[in-house]
Amino acid sequence: MTVHSFQEHFDAKIDSEVMIEPRDWMPDDYRKTLIRQISQHAHSEIVGMLPEGNWITRAPSLRRKAVLLAKVQDEGGHGLYLYSAAETLGITRDEMYDQLHTGKAKYSSIFNYPTLTWADMGAIGWLVDGAAIMNQVPLCRTSYGPYARAMVRVCKEESFHQRQGFEIMMVLANGTEVQKKMAQDALNRWWWPSIMMFGPSDADSPHTAQSMRWRIKRFTNDELRQKFIDVTVEQAKLIGLTVPDPDLKWNEERGHYDFGPINWDEFWNVVKGNGPCNKERLEARKKAWEDGAWVRDAAMAHAQKRKARQENKAVKAA
Amino acid sequence: MPNSKQMNQLLYTLQIADNALILGHRISEWCGHGPILEQDIALTNTALDHLGQARSLYQHAADMFNALSSDNKKTLFTSTALQNKINKGEALDEDDLAYLRDGWDFRNVLLTEQPNKDWGYTVARSFLYDAFSFYFYAALQKSKDTVLAAVAEKSLKEVTYHLRWSSEWMIRLGDGTEESKTRVQEALDSYWAYTGEMFEMTAVDKAALADGIGVDIAAIKTLWQERVNMVLEEATLILPANTWMHSGGKECRHSEHLGYILAEMQFMQRAYPDMEW
Repeated sequence: MTVHSFQEHFDAKIDSEVMIEPRDWMPDDYRKTLIRQISQHAHSEIVGMLPEGNWITRAPSLRRKAVLLAKVQDEGGHGLYLYSAAETLGITRDEMYDQLHTGKAKYSSIFNYPTLTWADMGAIGWLVDGAAIMNQVPLCRTSYGPYARAMVRVCKEESFHQRQGFEIMMVLANGTEVQKKMAQDALNRWWWPSIMMFGPSDADSPHTAQSMRWRIKRFTNDELRQKFIDVTVEQAKLIGLTVPDPDLKWNEERGHYDFGPINWDEFWNVVKGNGPCNKERLEARKKAWEDGAWVRDAAMAHAQKRKARQENKAVKAA
Repeated sequence: MPNSKQMNQLLYTLQIADNALILGHRISEWCGHGPILEQDIALTNTALDHLGQARSLYQHAADMFNALSSDNKKTLFTSTALQNKINKGEALDEDDLAYLRDGWDFRNVLLTEQPNKDWGYTVARSFLYDAFSFYFYAALQKSKDTVLAAVAEKSLKEVTYHLRWSSEWMIRLGDGTEESKTRVQEALDSYWAYTGEMFEMTAVDKAALADGIGVDIAAIKTLWQERVNMVLEEATLILPANTWMHSGGKECRHSEHLGYILAEMQFMQRAYPDMEW
């Protein structure tokens, strides 16, 4: 087959919703886009362990501590599936870590915000995981097979996370005055960063058109953002919390909530590294990696010694 | 005044629960910071197991506490927060026992509260404790206290896995690189001094054994020692020569570390008391 016919074959598969698998031919840019997106997603899971991990040792009850630990552990598991999915595209996990540590690869900017009170564990589960689900459910049908299959598992767990976050918020909102204040304060701080999670407006999103064509993406950033706002505003009402947007209003004609202007300056600043915790998050990841070098070396050296001994034994037995 | 049978059973249960809580807490500090993603996940699983054991045991302890006479209740715990609850006649639950006791009412062995430091220290601490815990829970399955026996049976499955994990890491680090060998040997030498306490029979241990509730820990020491020797040999590590042993944790005299663990762990309950979370 010529490159041209490879391309036609690929396009035909995409158009007829046949998944692309690791051994299939794919355009270089499709591969690159996927590596960028999947690794960014994997990094987000791993960096995302930090803001919540911040409260594991301070959770207010044993049950909450256990649930939070299990949740953060799930995020690690998601990172693992996603790194594995990216590896099928011809990049190693170590290369991806290197891109993260050198700042070449990004992760979701939301994790550059600090977790200041226990209510932030509720807000992250409810809003951040809620927004992630909106983004991720369509990815279960994304055109690249390993990514789509990883996302099926991820989404199942994320919807549990979203419920546990909402439940934390509900308990606080139904609690004492100070607990309500804590819940409202968390919503105030996490609302705008959460709706920024869907990325820049469609007009300013350089990758959207191509990703839609390749069926990597199924909905645009703005479509998903609107859907998230419509759902979440109702949930906030249900537990008596106020969404911190004075322009928020139901628009009968559109059948959606209208909302106020997003501070894209803040968004781009956090992306560029000027968020409250960019430095801490990256330093924590680098420290874990560097402090772990001797451990990984030891594991490797031991595995080699063991292999050599087994080979020796086999030679002697032969 | 010697403790009544019921009180002793409660203190004995707390001793096991505190070991699980404090070690689980220490291990949970690794979550998100492990050297290898798979190991981060594995270690968090272990933390969850310890926490689960602690919860079952604290629930049992709280039930026993709530059944005590009001005079006995007043003498057991010192913190003002708990005294207030007790004086108001409120029943205690698992969270009260974990979050409202001060260090001088905690009964965990000193080993469990020692800091993570690095992967070598963490592995060595887990290995020394897991090897103990494995034989301890195996014996505790025969306890006349049916709740303790049930917790022991469930926990033994988890601890069997913990011991395999920590033994494998001792071997990997010991028989890995020069650096890993030096590091894990240093960790082993350092935490070795906290192993003697695990086998000390305190008044609570002796009474629990006499009542058919507890384990003859002096008797499992040989099994523990054999297991430790076996793993250290495969790991090409040297059995520490120091025989001086720290003790006190089981009798509520702790190292400085416990205070900081509790300050962090109990912060929410202290700053925002009497709320549902």
